[in-house]
Amino acid sequence: MTATLNPLYRFDTLVVGAANRLAFTAAKAVAESPGTVYNPLFVYARPGLGKTHLLMGIGHAARAINPRLSVEYLTLDEFVESFHAAIAAGQGEAYRRRFIDVDLLLVDDVQFLTHRREMQAELLRLTDALQTANRQIVLTSDRPPAEIEALDERLIRRFAGGLVIDVAAPDYETRVAILMRKADERRAKFGKGVLEAVASLAIDNVRELLGALNRLVAFQAVSDTPLQPAQARALAGGPEAVDAPQGAEPRRDEFSEFLSEVSASVAQQVDSWRTKVAAAILRWEGEGYRTTRIEALLQQEMTTDPEQVLHQFEADVKRLQALHAEAAELAPDLAGSTAFRDPDDIGGAEALTQRARQGAHPPPAPSPLWKLDDLVEAAGNRMALRAARAVVAEPAGRYNPLVIVGASGVGKTHLLHALGNALSAAARGPVACLSAHEFTTELIDAIGRDAVGPWRARYRSASAFLLDDVHLIAEKDRTQDELFVLFNFLMESGRQMIFSSAVPLGDLKGVEARLRTRLEGGLVVDLPAPDREIRHHLVERLLQAQLDAPDPDLVDYLGSRPADSVRAVHGLLQRVLNAAEAQGVSPTAALAREVLEAPAPKPPKRPIATRSSGVVAPASGARSREKVVWDWPDVGDRIVEEWR
Amino acid sequence: MSLVNFTAREITCKIVYYGPGRSGKTTNLQYVYGRVPEARRGRMVSLATQTDRTLFFDFLPLDLGTISGFSTKFQLYTVPGQSYYNATRKLVLQGADGVVFVADSQARRFDDNLESLQNLQDNLLAQGVDIRQLPVVFQYNKQDLPRDLVLTQDEMDDALNFRAVQSFSADALHGTGVFETLKGVSELVLKKLATGTQVA
Repeated sequence: MTATLNPLYRFDTLVVGAANRLAFTAAKAVAESPGTVYNPLFVYARPGLGKTHLLMGIGHAARAINPRLSVEYLTLDEFVESFHAAIAAGQGEAYRRRFIDVDLLLVDDVQFLTHRREMQAELLRLTDALQTANRQIVLTSDRPPAEIEALDERLIRRFAGGLVIDVAAPDYETRVAILMRKADERRAKFGKGVLEAVASLAIDNVRELLGALNRLVAFQAVSDTPLQPAQARALAGGPEAVDAPQGAEPRRDEFSEFLSEVSASVAQQVDSWRTKVAAAILRWEGEGYRTTRIEALLQQEMTTDPEQVLHQFEADVKRLQALHAEAAELAPDLAGSTAFRDPDDIGGAEALTQRARQGAHPPPAPSPLWKLDDLVEAAGNRMALRAARAVVAEPAGRYNPLVIVGASGVGKTHLLHALGNALSAAARGPVACLSAHEFTTELIDAIGRDAVGPWRARYRSASAFLLDDVHLIAEKDRTQDELFVLFNFLMESGRQMIFSSAVPLGDLKGVEARLRTRLEGGLVVDLPAPDREIRHHLVERLLQAQLDAPDPDLVDYLGSRPADSVRAVHGLLQRVLNAAEAQGVSPTAALAREVLEAPAPKPPKRPIATRSSGVVAPASGARSREKVVWDWPDVGDRIVEEWR
Repeated sequence: MSLVNFTAREITCKIVYYGPGRSGKTTNLQYVYGRVPEARRGRMVSLATQTDRTLFFDFLPLDLGTISGFSTKFQLYTVPGQSYYNATRKLVLQGADGVVFVADSQARRFDDNLESLQNLQDNLLAQGVDIRQLPVVFQYNKQDLPRDLVLTQDEMDDALNFRAVQSFSADALHGTGVFETLKGVSELVLKKLATGTQVA
């Protein structure tokens, strides 16, 4: 895996002196225009002289100039390790492509190429590929290429073809400058001559120099008196401290030495937390998340366990990512919302996702006019009603889905909405109840608005889904696809589904088998035409609603009249009531006979319209009488109408 | 015991000096006590018999002041070396952040050293602590005695230091190696800060 750039290793934190000025200038030139000036750039220096700092500085500076630049930093060990892993996984080609596509490749510690023939070949191939594509490669080593044992001659030539440059040990002035810069960064103040005293020691390794400074800082933090140059020199490992007398005579200030070592150690560990926090800030900021919480760690000097805070922050980011993915799937327009970028406001992201889950609007609810109790139960519809009550008692339990099949006008819609209301009263969430025609219309609208996600979310949020006239989805492929997916989702989520169809499922044409078989997999009940008992109850209830004391003979007569649907019974009754009203008398059986048994009107000249478009009434089912136009205007009126 | 308390901004290290009886554990603490400025040391608690054998334990608290914003305290303990005080040793060992095993370099105490080291491992294991996970250093004391009476540092390492941890030769009575040992174990303990394994 590629290591991240240390946020502290930037050009502006590098102290430039005579020893590293040339290397710094070359590095800066490379960062400003990667792939064009010195390619490859090879920097070598003894350990602790700032090679890695310089290398990472190039990465930071190049990224600052062009944030879209892809920069990879890795040590040779990581390079080798990932190569072996890729080869073991059979992903050798993918591994090569990964590096060939990098704009700026920074490889640290290439001296470890010694005796690694296969890695040398790989690096040679990579260097050639990057150079050809005008992409930059920068390498560092603790020795010049020619001194790397058993290094391929071709690689040496490639490196020489770019720029090979060394970083020497810092001189006295640079050492003083480094100590001053670092002391300033640590907000440590020293008396005159203290840092100079340390710089005068023959410490030519910057890392050791900083270690010495750590000791000074730590000592000063716990010391009551200002540090003297001689003491500083001793603490930094100067001659005064080296040969302290051993043996019987106790040392002069053993405790102070112990204290300074412990202090340096603690300071170093605490600083390592700081570095960790800074790296975390850089990482999460780079990924677009607000890092206020972890920034506060640096401000507050770690009043809380940073590891715990970082861990929690990462967990929160992961939660945000999950919410973001879910919300984006449900409602693509929410994908760019900043609410998914603030780990300190998970609640906001949760709320937004919840809104996406429920959709912008709740799904269409069942009509409140229809109640389950209004339905007249008789032998004919007993099975359907019992199934309906079982569904209300145990939603998604015994019968899921429930499919009600019956001819047009027998009361399927009434039953469906009544069931919807009953489920709605008991359910926790909204109940969706609509016709297949509305379902398709909504889908078309959602596609037009590029809002299919929220549209799906509306129905996915429903605690129960009731679809009237499911046969209307015939030949509508996209509607069937959506319904299929919704069906599976709701079924897996344990939600009740109820469908009605005017066409027996076995006769459904133009409906995919995968959907039809799923409907058949539930309970399919027939809702037959109303029998005499139902018609009788129905007429009685309707008349009672309008008349104080309905004529029992009228009830008997109307109940015995043939009618193939509830709606037809309504039509018969309405005709009798209209005639009674026109004549100004009470409706009676005699009047009803007179009205209903009058000679049949001429058959209509136009074909009878079915209730819903695209539906062919089943062969066995009679056309609904209420859909027949009984009273046609006379010829004169029609002519006048046409003239208009 | 937690090494770092971020809420209280406190670092507390408990270091236990372990080893066979009369190996010089209390002498180590006494030397440290003698070298610490009064302002930085607490009262050294020492429960000893009439013949100066540790009866219960020695305890030396050291306040190192505020380092990097953390109030840093070291607590040095010794255990009674005699084998019959094992219950006390277990008690003192609880929550130790680091252990200094003070071995007696005299050849005749070879078996006592081994027995005590085995006892340390057993007691740690009984507390669910794997000695390999705990910062431990060895101190080979009494190296000032005549050469023919004592084993050299290498010989002591061969005999006791199976995991090749840091070891120090010492003459606790005169202070040689005392602070080096303390520094060694402290460094190991504090290094654990970075790994976070003891961070509460």
